[in-house]
Amino acid sequence: MIGVWTDVGALEDIPRLRSRVVTTAEVDIAVFRTADDKVFALHDRCPHKAGKLSQGIVHGDSVTCPLHNWVIGLADGQAKEPDEGCSRTVPVRVENGRILLGMDAT
Amino acid sequence: MNMIAPRRNRLVLVGNGMAGARALEEILQRAPGEFAITVFGAEPHGCYNRIMLSPVLAGEKTFEAITTHPREWYEQNDIELIAGEEVVSIDREARLVVGANGTTRPYDALILATGSNPVVIPVPGHKLPGVISFRDIADVDLMLQASRTHKRAVVIGGGLLGLEAANGLARNGMDTTVLHLMPTLMERQLDPVSAGLLKAELTRRGMTVLTEANTKAIIGEDRVTGVELADGTMLQADLVVMAVGIRPNTTLAKSAGLDCGRGVQVDDGMRTSDPAIYAVGECVEHRGAVFGLVAPLYDMAKILADRITRTAESVYEPAVTGTRLKVTGIDMFSAGDFTGDDLTEDVVFRDAARGVHKKLVIRDEKLIGAVLYGEAKDSAWYFDLIRNGTDISDLRDTLVFGPSVGGGEAPGVESLPDTAEICGCNGVKKGTILTAISQHKLTTVDAVRARTKASASCGSCTCQVEALLAHALGSDFDASPKIKAVCKCTALGHDAVRAAIRAQQLKSIPAVMQALGWTTPDGCASCRPALNYYLLCEWPAEYRDDSRSRFVNERMHANIQKDGTYSVIPRMWGGVTSAAELRAIADVVDKYDIPTVKVTGGQRIDLLGVRKEQLPDVWRDLNDAGMVSGHAYGKALRTVKTCVGSEWCRFGTQDSTAMGIALEKMTWGSWTPHKTKMAVSGCPRNCAEATIKDFGAIATEAGWDLYVGGNGGIKVRVTDLLAKVTTEEAVLEYAAAFMQLYREEGWYLERTAPWVERVGIDHVRSVLADPAQRASLQARFLESQRYAQQDPWAERAAGAEAHEFQPLAVVS
Repeated sequence: MIGVWTDVGALEDIPRLRSRVVTTAEVDIAVFRTADDKVFALHDRCPHKAGKLSQGIVHGDSVTCPLHNWVIGLADGQAKEPDEGCSRTVPVRVENGRILLGMDAT
Repeated sequence: MNMIAPRRNRLVLVGNGMAGARALEEILQRAPGEFAITVFGAEPHGCYNRIMLSPVLAGEKTFEAITTHPREWYEQNDIELIAGEEVVSIDREARLVVGANGTTRPYDALILATGSNPVVIPVPGHKLPGVISFRDIADVDLMLQASRTHKRAVVIGGGLLGLEAANGLARNGMDTTVLHLMPTLMERQLDPVSAGLLKAELTRRGMTVLTEANTKAIIGEDRVTGVELADGTMLQADLVVMAVGIRPNTTLAKSAGLDCGRGVQVDDGMRTSDPAIYAVGECVEHRGAVFGLVAPLYDMAKILADRITRTAESVYEPAVTGTRLKVTGIDMFSAGDFTGDDLTEDVVFRDAARGVHKKLVIRDEKLIGAVLYGEAKDSAWYFDLIRNGTDISDLRDTLVFGPSVGGGEAPGVESLPDTAEICGCNGVKKGTILTAISQHKLTTVDAVRARTKASASCGSCTCQVEALLAHALGSDFDASPKIKAVCKCTALGHDAVRAAIRAQQLKSIPAVMQALGWTTPDGCASCRPALNYYLLCEWPAEYRDDSRSRFVNERMHANIQKDGTYSVIPRMWGGVTSAAELRAIADVVDKYDIPTVKVTGGQRIDLLGVRKEQLPDVWRDLNDAGMVSGHAYGKALRTVKTCVGSEWCRFGTQDSTAMGIALEKMTWGSWTPHKTKMAVSGCPRNCAEATIKDFGAIATEAGWDLYVGGNGGIKVRVTDLLAKVTTEEAVLEYAAAFMQLYREEGWYLERTAPWVERVGIDHVRSVLADPAQRASLQARFLESQRYAQQDPWAERAAGAEAHEFQPLAVVS
């Protein structure tokens, strides 16, 4: 359940094909902006060795982890073959140029 | 009764060869984590592909390339590997194995995969130094050593193994003679006609082949000097390789009291006479037969795994096996019964001019055996007919011409049924490969190999796998593997992309992708950094670096560590520092509470554990003390390592420190295809290790010797001499020109060592020896340095790229 939508900044605060981090008490969340202005959010941990996905190269709807080049799908957090694993996704939407993250109600 | 904590069943494998390792793979596939596994191997390394020893001997492959299970594999699968310790006894009562060094391991289930031993003919002199067998990598090393210091080799045994050894020794420059007891070579695989063709081919390659040659004695005092035959012939020899056959290694099993005949006897479920002990591979005797080829071993591994994990009650059924000879350039295959008898009919095709001979043996309108010599491309088709017992009466007229007679084009794998076995070693069928290709969208042989294991063992079916790929993918298959594509986003190679950037005046990454038909909207993590570098190198004044196409370290101008913190290394010109610099570094460490300070291998100081948001402040403080980025994170000029040289050293002939500083001042900040390191030594003692650097200078009385293309690291390569010069200006001129040539010709992520090997040192020397070319390369280098020598730390400390260092938001 999404408890609240939290405004974390403007779309323009993230350059295209880059990511920036939202830090919370529990986890770091990487927010990505693709070349065509789609925005995705994942926990900033590669399922492999917890590499910071926010520091990877963004291409298409994927990011390549900087530690060992795993490629993670931004929409579902799934590692691309032949690797296997999943980074947790965080609900995100853009309204009037503002990025809103869906935070757990709990 | 005591409560016992649940524990995993303990499985011990004795023998770390191909059969044993395959059995483990099959077991892990069926029941990961069920067993706590220990492996004993007599050889001091992980498992390697023994079939590929001949290519290693012939210099076509490295040992690393044939290693199938490096030590990491065992670690990753939580397997204890005890390599280099032979197991000497089994206590079946206590269920315990004991190693030669006294290591003991208890077991609930034990697998024996002790393999086989080479047969040694006990003629006089068989124990002399210089008499060896051909069984493991240590034997190959011995042969390679002998070939460097000795001239004449005699190989006893003209079977598969002996001929492979002989070919390898001849390739290493030894005068090689093959002695074979029987009238024809490889009589178990070849009919007399093919054997004759083979003998002629080996003779043409410079080997001497003596058949019906019965070895009487091996001659020598301290080392072998010759071989005496029964007919009195004396042959000179510095090395004798015995390759007359193998015998199952039953020593351990016998001493443990297990039933043994020629091998360790097993039932159809690969179980020995002790139900807790299994056996697999060449040590096994099953229904009276023993085994020496890889395909049956892999089948056994499957059955064993089914049984030991209680997955299935499967039964081992021996199958017809085929043999390919792995002597490069000789195409040969045989399978089934090719001798024939009164009830069989032969179909024979011979083209002596092309060296082709085919013999097919037919009984009751079924193919029961085949020998193909000189042309074995249809082997899979014939092998399939033999194994399926297909009625060939309709095919008989054209059987000998293969499956596609009259079709014009070469037959190829598309005519095979899905059940046809493509990879004999791993038992992979055509249908399995096609399914894998379509299900997983495989496009390369490597990918097919990784998925299905087809062509992963002896590799002789690689071209069939390739043909299947081409057939399945149609025009999507890039049939020119010679050109290495930049990445999967394009079929173009690095050189083609660079040529297009220049010719079509492409000046941005999207422009390159657009013009060259990239298949992805914005590339991938492989091609984007490559294109960014190529554009930067081609248009130094105009191109605006795309930080989003930089690997994290180059974007952050610091090295990311495994915990997500960074390391910071300021430049220390020529490895020289001062009290003021050291004091400033110490202050930074205290102020930012930096956990680790380490001296690097490149004569600098590394500050480890700096948090991302601290980086600009750390850099500002270092800048204030006069220090700039050391580019320790970049595909760029790293360090220039120096010795103290003539200023202090009693041996020094030139001022190597000042020379190193001058080189570093000229080259710092330049981006290169991969990292670039330099060193300057003040005398030929070479304390700065300049001969394993990308560019090295070593002082002599007369001036400087310049070296290029060296590398430490994984694959050590010693530099090649580039030139001898007399002045410091000439050192700088050559260094700049060399850097630029590498920048313009090297592929992205290609160090100078592989680049020099790819283009040849003669090419590099001849370009740089030409004063006009040298001057123009130097000019291009210095021009690009005008734009490159900006300290990235200072820019960021002043506020550039601030978004990289600060979180988007902090949510509490």
